[in-house]
Amino acid sequence: MLLINCPYCGERPEPEFVYGGQAHIARPAQPAGVEAQDWADYLYRRDNVRGVHAERWRHTRGCGRFFNALRDTTTDHFLATYKVGEPRPAAGGTR
Amino acid sequence: MIEGLRTGHGGQVDRGRPVHFQFDGRRYQGFAGDTLASALLANGVHLMGRSFKYHRPRGLLAAGPEEPNALVTVRRDAARVTPNLRATQVEIYEGLVAESQNRWPSLRFDVGAINDFFSPFIPAGFYYKTFMWPRRAWYSLYEPRIRAAAGLGTAPTLPDPDRYANRFAHCDVLVVGAGPAGLAAATAAAQAGARVILADEQAQAGGSLLSDAAGSSALIEGRPATQWLTQALAALTSNPRVTVLTRTTAFGYFPHNLVALSERITDHLATPSPDAPRERQWQVRAREVVIGAGAIERPLVFSGNDRPGILLAGAARTFLNRYGVLPGTRAVLVTADDAAYQAALDLQDAGVFIACIADTRAAGAAGERARAAGIPVLNDACVLATQGRRRVNAIELARRTDGGLAERQTQPCDLVLMSGGFTPSVHLHSQSRGKLDWSEALQVFLPGASPERCRSAGACRGVFGLEAAVGDGSAAGAAAARDALDPRRSGVDPGGAAGRASAQVAPAPAQSAGFSGALPVNGRVRGRAFVDWQNDVTSKDLALALREGFRSIEHVKRYTTTGMATDQGKTSNLNALGIVASALKRTPPQVGLTTFRMPYTPVTFGSFAGLQRGELFDPVRRTPMYDWAAARGAVFEDVGLWKRARYFPRSGEDMHAAVNRECRAARSGCGIFDASTLGKIEVVGPDAVTFMNRLYVNAWNSLAVGRCRYGILTRDDGFIYDDGVVARISDQVFHVTTTTGGAPRVLAMMEDYLQTEWNELKVWLTSTTEQWAVIAVQGPKARAVLEGLVDVDLAPAAFPHMSVARGHILGVPMRLFRVSFTGELGYEVNVPADFGRAVWEAIYERGQAHGMTPYGTEAMHVLRAEKGYIIVGQDTDGTVTPEDAGLSWAVGKSKPDYVGKRSLARPAMSAPERRQLVGLTTRDGAVVLEEGAQVLAQSGAPVPTRPLGFVTSSYFSANLGRSIAMGLVSGGRARTGQTLYVPTEHGEVAVEVTGTVFLDPKGERING
Ligand SMILES: [Zn+2]
Repeated sequence: MLLINCPYCGERPEPEFVYGGQAHIARPAQPAGVEAQDWADYLYRRDNVRGVHAERWRHTRGCGRFFNALRDTTTDHFLATYKVGEPRPAAGGTR
Repeated sequence: MIEGLRTGHGGQVDRGRPVHFQFDGRRYQGFAGDTLASALLANGVHLMGRSFKYHRPRGLLAAGPEEPNALVTVRRDAARVTPNLRATQVEIYEGLVAESQNRWPSLRFDVGAINDFFSPFIPAGFYYKTFMWPRRAWYSLYEPRIRAAAGLGTAPTLPDPDRYANRFAHCDVLVVGAGPAGLAAATAAAQAGARVILADEQAQAGGSLLSDAAGSSALIEGRPATQWLTQALAALTSNPRVTVLTRTTAFGYFPHNLVALSERITDHLATPSPDAPRERQWQVRAREVVIGAGAIERPLVFSGNDRPGILLAGAARTFLNRYGVLPGTRAVLVTADDAAYQAALDLQDAGVFIACIADTRAAGAAGERARAAGIPVLNDACVLATQGRRRVNAIELARRTDGGLAERQTQPCDLVLMSGGFTPSVHLHSQSRGKLDWSEALQVFLPGASPERCRSAGACRGVFGLEAAVGDGSAAGAAAARDALDPRRSGVDPGGAAGRASAQVAPAPAQSAGFSGALPVNGRVRGRAFVDWQNDVTSKDLALALREGFRSIEHVKRYTTTGMATDQGKTSNLNALGIVASALKRTPPQVGLTTFRMPYTPVTFGSFAGLQRGELFDPVRRTPMYDWAAARGAVFEDVGLWKRARYFPRSGEDMHAAVNRECRAARSGCGIFDASTLGKIEVVGPDAVTFMNRLYVNAWNSLAVGRCRYGILTRDDGFIYDDGVVARISDQVFHVTTTTGGAPRVLAMMEDYLQTEWNELKVWLTSTTEQWAVIAVQGPKARAVLEGLVDVDLAPAAFPHMSVARGHILGVPMRLFRVSFTGELGYEVNVPADFGRAVWEAIYERGQAHGMTPYGTEAMHVLRAEKGYIIVGQDTDGTVTPEDAGLSWAVGKSKPDYVGKRSLARPAMSAPERRQLVGLTTRDGAVVLEEGAQVLAQSGAPVPTRPLGFVTSSYFSANLGRSIAMGLVSGGRARTGQTLYVPTEHGEVAVEVTGTVFLDPKGERING
């Protein structure tokens, strides 16, 4: 059970959160003009990172807010959590 | 007890408190403080089990949790039956009833032992090879018989009457293991001011100290070891910042320093308090963890090493010194390690005749001590065989020389002690995802770096010897406290900090490394040398697996099943590795170890379930009208967490009769239906209409205030996710309804887009599912019932179909919808939930003059299917587009975008062969198809065949006097009028493809 540092509430146990997949995948502004392969990539293609992964979490059973986190998938260490819209922090590039 | 098998004094048993117990129906006596294993040994019982595969007679191998043979079932009463307990961990109490396992009809005479004679025909992989064909027979014939023959105890069939507790705890330092290293660590951490939890799986703290002789000369910090133990424990238990837990196994290590502990509270008591839970599962979040798990002695792999009476040297020493039991009278020690000599010396002091020490190594200092004590020592020794049926009675030894065997001898004995050295218990460290480093000096794996904030101390990291282990524990405890209390290191997640090796004290100078693998004998091995006692894996099985081409240790493990029993190979893994490595001519680290998984020892299901069982298994959601329906004898069904009234049977009615009556009533007079479980989301804000436009497929700009529309939500992949009526309450307020089960996921999807994609929109979302009670009034008389109750003008012109109005019913504020999920004139009355029951009763009372009938979800399903209204999740399955479902009329095609639009523009999404929702009409109206049945193009199609689709909804319609069905069928709408075939249990059924509207195709009834 992870401990997750919600940027709005602080450290809370994992059962309060719902995982939201890879972060920083923006929905295209004009989907109608997106090529089929690019649209397929947007829908389905995700990184399978061994190391630091930027991912979305939602504090569903707390403040209800979505936020982003950098987690090392080999250790489960969170290197940072940050609010939606903020750039991915440079911190913690351990590998 | 048999006279002479107990020592006169010493140990931890209370000779003044005899305890009576039963094993396999015979009565025995032991003492308070005995385990079942020690008490049976004191009664001369060595035969305690039959082996898993060959049903060979087996006695104790060990004295602790690693015991692979003596698995017993403890039977407290008919419901309290616990199988697969290790007799070495079962504390006896007055009246204990225990049984051996895996034998029939009795332990001494076991029919299954015939397997042993056939053992040449049951090699590794036997099951895989022999029972491959025919495949069907595996399920019906082979597997049940194999399981019956191999059974590891029997689970009780009655509900578990015991209670299991859970506790969450936080501490600065969690110390696992209360042996010398763990006690020293806890003491040092406590002295540094840390909050400490110290957990040990045994009934008493002390670990290996409990196995020392009473007169042991061992010193710790200048004091006799026993005195040190007493004082350290007293200081810890009296410290309010320290929690000492005994009978508590740390069985799992989870991310961010969460360690799961299983505390056994009543299993050792003759008459447990009815108020006490049987077990308590702890989830401890520790800032720092110190693992002091100790080490497990390795058996030696030689021919005939599994007879009762052959046990680990340290185990014999434990039975003698801790329990005051003499495990034999005439013993031979076979060892590859110095530490085992102490067992021989202790047993000799207690009066056991030590016939010989067979040391596999060259002569050394330890041998001199033994010789000085008058014990003959055979160096460069090998074991040729052992003898004895239900207990060892002789061992054949020899000395290996360059020219062959010398000094061949047969030593009569009733006890063989063996020791291949000690394997550090790295289980928990490994579970923490810690690395394992191979120690050349010790020839074992030691804890390396861990991503968690944990350290190992003492024997579990190869620091052997009392003084060294205590020093190591002290240093680890002090360092853990320092790090835990360091304000710069907040939280348990070390963040970017690199994992660290747990080196505080240099490992003690390498003593002998012991031996791993199969003991060499010059010449051919006679008989079988066991590696894994619990799964009956021999050195020959491993050799066979390698000959057959298995190379990865993970594959060898699965093929031979070595290390796969409930003991997880605690005594066998390193020997198996030694055999594999030497056969492959690789080093052990090149071969590698198999993965350690939780639990360290088996944990009861009850402990995991805790209080979450029976009524507390899941929350229950009830609508405000639940009690009213229950009082009328409604039959309920579970829909998600909701209890929904399924039908309201009158006396003598079965479900079909009740549903038929309810369906007819709704179309002939009026029906009343509890729709409160519908999900409801209030979408509010200046940008609410923009938000709805972007999310739902429909066009919302044109929806006037006071009007409703059927909304469809697709995901960005274009497939239907949810549906429901959406009402525009005001310019900036939408009342969105969802399917009963869909509300949470729809709200989550809305929040996701709002927070992460369109956070510029001024929109607020509120779940109002529980706030509104919803009373559906449906049928030709619906208007007549509600008129006069509500302050809304219900005249068709003033309040047409798909209208919404705010008003009052009997003075209660209301949102009134004119909507229909039946195809009849219909209204849905939304009132605050607290008024739901009262308003429902008032409507029902008024409705009696019009024949109002309550109907349940079953009738609701039939009524909507008669009209071809879909249910998301029943008529759709996550691959259905609005067009597939025949709903493209709802899509706002001129909108530039909505979630799902780009995907729906893909050519494949409008391919003619896509599965489309159609009606399926059986020729014989009495035949009701089974939902889920396949739909085929041809009669008598050969198997296997590719179906065109399947039936999604199927009912008997009382209003139509025949069955109706819908299904998803490839190219379905173009097949209208065709005959297709549905295979059923009772033969093939021909169906005609039709439209989905079976009743009132012109839709006139909805106008009343
Ligand atoms: Zn939060």
